[in-house]
Amino acid sequence: MHVRHLTLADFRSYPRADLPLEPGITTLVGLNGQGKTNLVEAIGYVATLSSHRVATDAPLVRFGAGQSIVRAAVVRDGRESVVELELNPGRANRARLNKSPLTRPRDVLGTLRTVLFAPEDLALVKGDPGERRRFLDDLLVARQPRWAGVRADHDKLLKQRGALLKSAQPVLRKGRSRRRVPDGLDEVSERESALHTLEVWNAQLAQVAAPLIYARLRLVRDLGPHLASTYDEVSAGQSDARITYRASLRDEFAARLAAGEVPEIEEIHAELLASYDAMRAQEIERGQNLVGPHRDDLLLTLGELPAKGYASHGESWSFALGLKLAAYHLLRTDLRDDPVLILDDVFAELDSGRRERLAALVADCEQVLITAAVPEDVPESLRGRSVRIRLGEIEEVGSDE
Amino acid sequence: MYEGAVQDLIDELGRLPGVGPKGAQRIAFHLLQADPQDVERLSDVLLAVKEKVRYCERCFNVAESQLCRVCADQRRDQSAICVVEEPKDVVAIERTREFRGTYHVLGGAISPIDGIGPGDLRFTELMTRLASGEVTEVIIATDPNLEGEATAAYLSRFLKGMDLKVTRLASGLPVGGDLEYADEVTLGRAFEGRTLVHV
Repeated sequence: MHVRHLTLADFRSYPRADLPLEPGITTLVGLNGQGKTNLVEAIGYVATLSSHRVATDAPLVRFGAGQSIVRAAVVRDGRESVVELELNPGRANRARLNKSPLTRPRDVLGTLRTVLFAPEDLALVKGDPGERRRFLDDLLVARQPRWAGVRADHDKLLKQRGALLKSAQPVLRKGRSRRRVPDGLDEVSERESALHTLEVWNAQLAQVAAPLIYARLRLVRDLGPHLASTYDEVSAGQSDARITYRASLRDEFAARLAAGEVPEIEEIHAELLASYDAMRAQEIERGQNLVGPHRDDLLLTLGELPAKGYASHGESWSFALGLKLAAYHLLRTDLRDDPVLILDDVFAELDSGRRERLAALVADCEQVLITAAVPEDVPESLRGRSVRIRLGEIEEVGSDE
Repeated sequence: MYEGAVQDLIDELGRLPGVGPKGAQRIAFHLLQADPQDVERLSDVLLAVKEKVRYCERCFNVAESQLCRVCADQRRDQSAICVVEEPKDVVAIERTREFRGTYHVLGGAISPIDGIGPGDLRFTELMTRLASGEVTEVIIATDPNLEGEATAAYLSRFLKGMDLKVTRLASGLPVGGDLEYADEVTLGRAFEGRTLVHV
């Protein structure tokens, strides 16, 4: 698939912008702070409904404006769909697909699929586990949009259970006091009632957490071989890049998962419930959810060593890039269609060998969008069509062909 | 900002659910221009609703006397109780004319974020009603969202040991809808709860 046209109104630095795009390679060139990344950020937003740079929508709306509009015409197999998003910070965003309004903006997911690689992605290797979980979950949604719903439910349930652990803490810790509680005509201690409620939320949470872990395990299994080859290609065979799922479940079970086993959902479900029981005292003590997908991590290893802490800056870059390219290849095989590949400010960080190898790797993609401050950073073979961005003005420089 | 009473009215209206600042302003000016009798009628019912309306002693639905209209009706089947979250759910189910039993209004759903635990809902009162032995079926009709499901799960745990038929409202496809427009969760639920046509 490819994006044929992008229109923005009051998005980031742009009061208005019109950017016609073509299949193949397009390079957006401009000095720092001119608005190159804002354009690719908008395209990424259409695909994921979130920005790769900020966690909330407020900074995306141009300063002083009430809302911003992003419209993208996406072509897949010769058919064009138009996605229009209205970002209203503080209120619900709205989405339209081919001019008809959607009840939930989430339903546009899947119309456009992108893989975006940006300097921020270095955090995949060097950052907190949260970055790697987000990478996995975003990829799950890109593969099958229905995971967006599971993820949203999981977040809500975690909040409810967290609030319960916190509020019931004093009761659960000692639990001597007696109070009228619902159990027929008998009196039960307040503690028992609180435990009862906790078990209810345990069951609810496990019901969405188990499929989420299962889906991530399968994703890690499918992604592994792609990563091995993309990392190898980017770094010219220096060492093996591997990913392992590190679960917050009980040790024995976590070890099985780390070894690459993907148990049935029912088994993960039972293990989650057992883990909640095992961790109960600690969870109550700290008033936090301590077990489940939100505490898991993806372990990245180069050869025998963990990438975090051991890999050099260049190796970390290559690993992050390898992960994103692996995601690209996975989606491409899954969907039998090329996602749009976006490389934001990437070439400046790579040595010339890696630049050339990356260029060779992406040359056959249906659409690649590249941003660069210095055109010379982009290998000759990838220059393609060039668009110059200057203070929010878009100006065609022409193609090299 | 308007002067005195007008602004007070706009502020009060703006605190109502579903009314924003613009809407509050519109309603305020509508009232300002309306006939005095109309406004009087409105102010009367506003006061009356606080004075007269109370909760049914048995099911906690809104009522104008000790019992609500459903509980006071002798023809209703006393052996079935439909458990709902809010009085407005009673009205919704009544509109179907499908159910001939009685209700029990919990007064909300379990939601730790909002500080609502089982102790804040009318579970005890429900258990007291069940203890009489007259009831044989409990229909759990809490909302099909995360909090409603948790409340249903909590309730069903309590009812487990009792000699009762416990059912939960089915969730599935809307009547008159298209399969293709159903979201995956709804469609998945509809599949789970599919009914037998013949073997």
